[in-house]
Amino acid sequence: MIYRLLAKSYTRTIVAALVALVFAIAVTSIVLSVSGFDPPSTFQAMFEFGKEPDSVVNTVNRASGYYLSALAVAVGFRMNLFNIGVDGQYRLAAMLAAAVGGAWALPAGLHQVVIVLVAVAVGGLWAAIPAMLKVARGVSEVISTIMLNFIATAIIGFLLHPGRLAVQLGPNNIGTKPISSSGRMPGIPYPGSELKLYSFLVIAILAGLGYWFMINRTRFGFDLRATGLSQSAAVASGVDARRMVVMAMVMSGAMAGLIGMPQLLGGSYTYSLDFPAGIGLTGIGIALLGRNGPVGIAFAALLWAFLDQSSQILDFNDIPKEIVAITQAAVLLSVVIVYEVVNRAGQRIDQRRVATQLGEVTA
Amino acid sequence: MSPTEPAVELHGITKRFPGVVANHDIDIEVAAGTVHAIVGENGAGKSTLMKILYGMQRPDEGTIKVAGKEVAFHSPADAITRGIGMVHQHFMLADNLSVLENVVLGAEKLHGIGGKARRRIEEISRQYGLGVEPDRLVEQLGVGARQRVEILKVLYRGAKILILDEPTAVLVPQEVEELFGNLRELKREGLTVIFISHKLDEVLSVADTITVIRRGTTVDTVQPGAVTARQLAELMVGSELPVPELRESTVTDVPVLTMRDVTVRDADGRTVVDDVSLTIHEGEILGIAGVEGNGQAELVEAIMGMLPVESGVIRLSETDLTGLVTRRRREAGIGFIPEDRHRHGLLLDSPLWENRILGHQTRPPNVKGRLIDRQGARRDTERIVRDYDVRTPGIDVTAASLSGGNQQKLIVGREMSGRPKLLIAAHPTRGVDVGAQSAIWDHLRHARADGLAVLLISADLDELIGMSDTLRVILRGRLVGEADPATITPDQLGSLMTGAGEGSAA
Repeated sequence: MIYRLLAKSYTRTIVAALVALVFAIAVTSIVLSVSGFDPPSTFQAMFEFGKEPDSVVNTVNRASGYYLSALAVAVGFRMNLFNIGVDGQYRLAAMLAAAVGGAWALPAGLHQVVIVLVAVAVGGLWAAIPAMLKVARGVSEVISTIMLNFIATAIIGFLLHPGRLAVQLGPNNIGTKPISSSGRMPGIPYPGSELKLYSFLVIAILAGLGYWFMINRTRFGFDLRATGLSQSAAVASGVDARRMVVMAMVMSGAMAGLIGMPQLLGGSYTYSLDFPAGIGLTGIGIALLGRNGPVGIAFAALLWAFLDQSSQILDFNDIPKEIVAITQAAVLLSVVIVYEVVNRAGQRIDQRRVATQLGEVTA
Repeated sequence: MSPTEPAVELHGITKRFPGVVANHDIDIEVAAGTVHAIVGENGAGKSTLMKILYGMQRPDEGTIKVAGKEVAFHSPADAITRGIGMVHQHFMLADNLSVLENVVLGAEKLHGIGGKARRRIEEISRQYGLGVEPDRLVEQLGVGARQRVEILKVLYRGAKILILDEPTAVLVPQEVEELFGNLRELKREGLTVIFISHKLDEVLSVADTITVIRRGTTVDTVQPGAVTARQLAELMVGSELPVPELRESTVTDVPVLTMRDVTVRDADGRTVVDDVSLTIHEGEILGIAGVEGNGQAELVEAIMGMLPVESGVIRLSETDLTGLVTRRRREAGIGFIPEDRHRHGLLLDSPLWENRILGHQTRPPNVKGRLIDRQGARRDTERIVRDYDVRTPGIDVTAASLSGGNQQKLIVGREMSGRPKLLIAAHPTRGVDVGAQSAIWDHLRHARADGLAVLLISADLDELIGMSDTLRVILRGRLVGEADPATITPDQLGSLMTGAGEGSAA
């Protein structure tokens, strides 16, 4: 019975996500057909390519960054704080951490820890700027974080310059001095593939667990959620709203600091001109799709990374791979709407259930 | 329309929503040219009934006749065509437009938007004595005048039958009198008024006929001359009413809350609490009477630490609260039943047991150190549900799915469980059913006997007089008078509240 099903919040989430996915596939099919391509064979090609071992490794590696990014966004979302600045926070953090990691060779173990701590600290401090602006001057964090993204880009551009923090890596590439082997994290082999999984993946999973624990089991997490659900009720209950803004924003930024780490410690060992950009913005969509929950975000990150990866095959079939961006956008748009519809339906069902069980008449 | 034909007849109206029956077997006859009141408790089904009559919902069974002809409304537009108009409880006016613009908005086809419309508005205003000036901006008008604009809007669209949904809820006593004058005028001109309310004194003074709704159905239709307010109330709830009253005094001479010369300004620098000094002792309930918006809310927020205090001192027993944040004040022993439980008292989308934690995030049984103690919080929520008779299928349903009375009982139970020294009770029984009202009063009485100090704020004067040991009157942020609850009548208190006795009191 659909009533029964919708009573549980996680089934609501799953139902909504599935409906959104079906809708997105339908939209993509229409676009493909209109453009003169055959949808079933296109999807099949993507799926075939996506399940090859090399693709799986790339998908998971990509997803680990997405996952951390969405967690960073979700910390803010949980209290209605929109940290659009995750992108700038992780790039600046990764660049400075890479520079520190490349500058000195420390004993293995300590070296990695220092790099990660620098990244976390830079991310947190960069996010503290919009937090302070909001608390002290009432500046909307949406505006200030967007602007700080541009400032971060400019700072990186300034510092990533030969003679400052950059060295020449190749004819067309510059980057921070590569981190020596003592600071790298060895990859995890995957059967059937030459490529290796980033071992930072383990830390991403731990971050997810930590996030879940913080939100659901700690006093701080309760205050955070209460503020997000009803700021007025939270304030009346004794939550210091200004302090919460600063704490949540700094936590979000610190988490953002981790985003570049899988790539930096497991793959590139340097922050160069071609270091992945834009993960912070993708994270917003993934957090939305995953309903800010650590498990939902994991699935959303994997789906996103899978679409990115499997679209690589499309160019070989002369299909523009940007078609996948349409799929991703359709998933996002529809999921927002479907969640709302499913949620309202669920709430009404709840109320009726209570009323019927108590035998009350409500108007 | 022949004068003998009823203006509106409802027969056997039944409306089901999945799982609940909102209305069943409703029978009402409204005679033309009368004021017909429909009374019932919150949640009795009044609003559903009016939505049916105004075409916003369709009944599952039953017939509606307007002026003798059976009708089926599919939308409010159909109802308007038949001459039925509705004045909503919450005004639907654009503040930055003039009265004229508001009236013609959406009805431009009737008389245009220019001189003809203005003449028509002036004509209606004169005919019914509404005193509406077409060129004033709505934002400059008071509440009473805005309501008259709403009435005029409906008349302008040709309504002969007006539905007024809780029209007095937003008015002060003088404005209520003016409104009733307007209604009598409308009646004299042959219009029919359906008046929805739960304020019985008003209903008795203005209605020609009263229909009582209880649990979704009509239980009786009476003439105002034949019943008292109390009988009417008992019809409404179907049982004897609880009486707000205190037994022997438990007031001691140990001060719990002491406020000295407290002044609070709002964000615009306006003084909202002006030099207030008061003391509440152990075992004392101090009632604050006042027309809403005279600083009660700000006084409460100042004590809770939600609004900064400009000057003055607030002490709880020996503790100086003035510099403390809200959480420290709660921990020092303040319980808080907020005026607006949805905004300040509950997380509506969270389960009951999480709502148990709210406001008590730092105290057992909700937490162990910095972690939430789920088992402890859940067990204690079960206790509150049991002891405070919160009607719910379980503690995992969301707060939003409970009725107002049960939400309030949960809040009372939660706030008492912190063993407070001082309880701030702002409108503790507003919008709750009589069962919950009686239970909440009982809890207040018990707590008072145990030495709790209570600051009671209420718009229900019977509650204030019955439940207070001491009464203070607030007007424009100042405490202007003191009254003895043993001797004062609601009428006398009412006139103190409007400042009529300002000179002699204070």
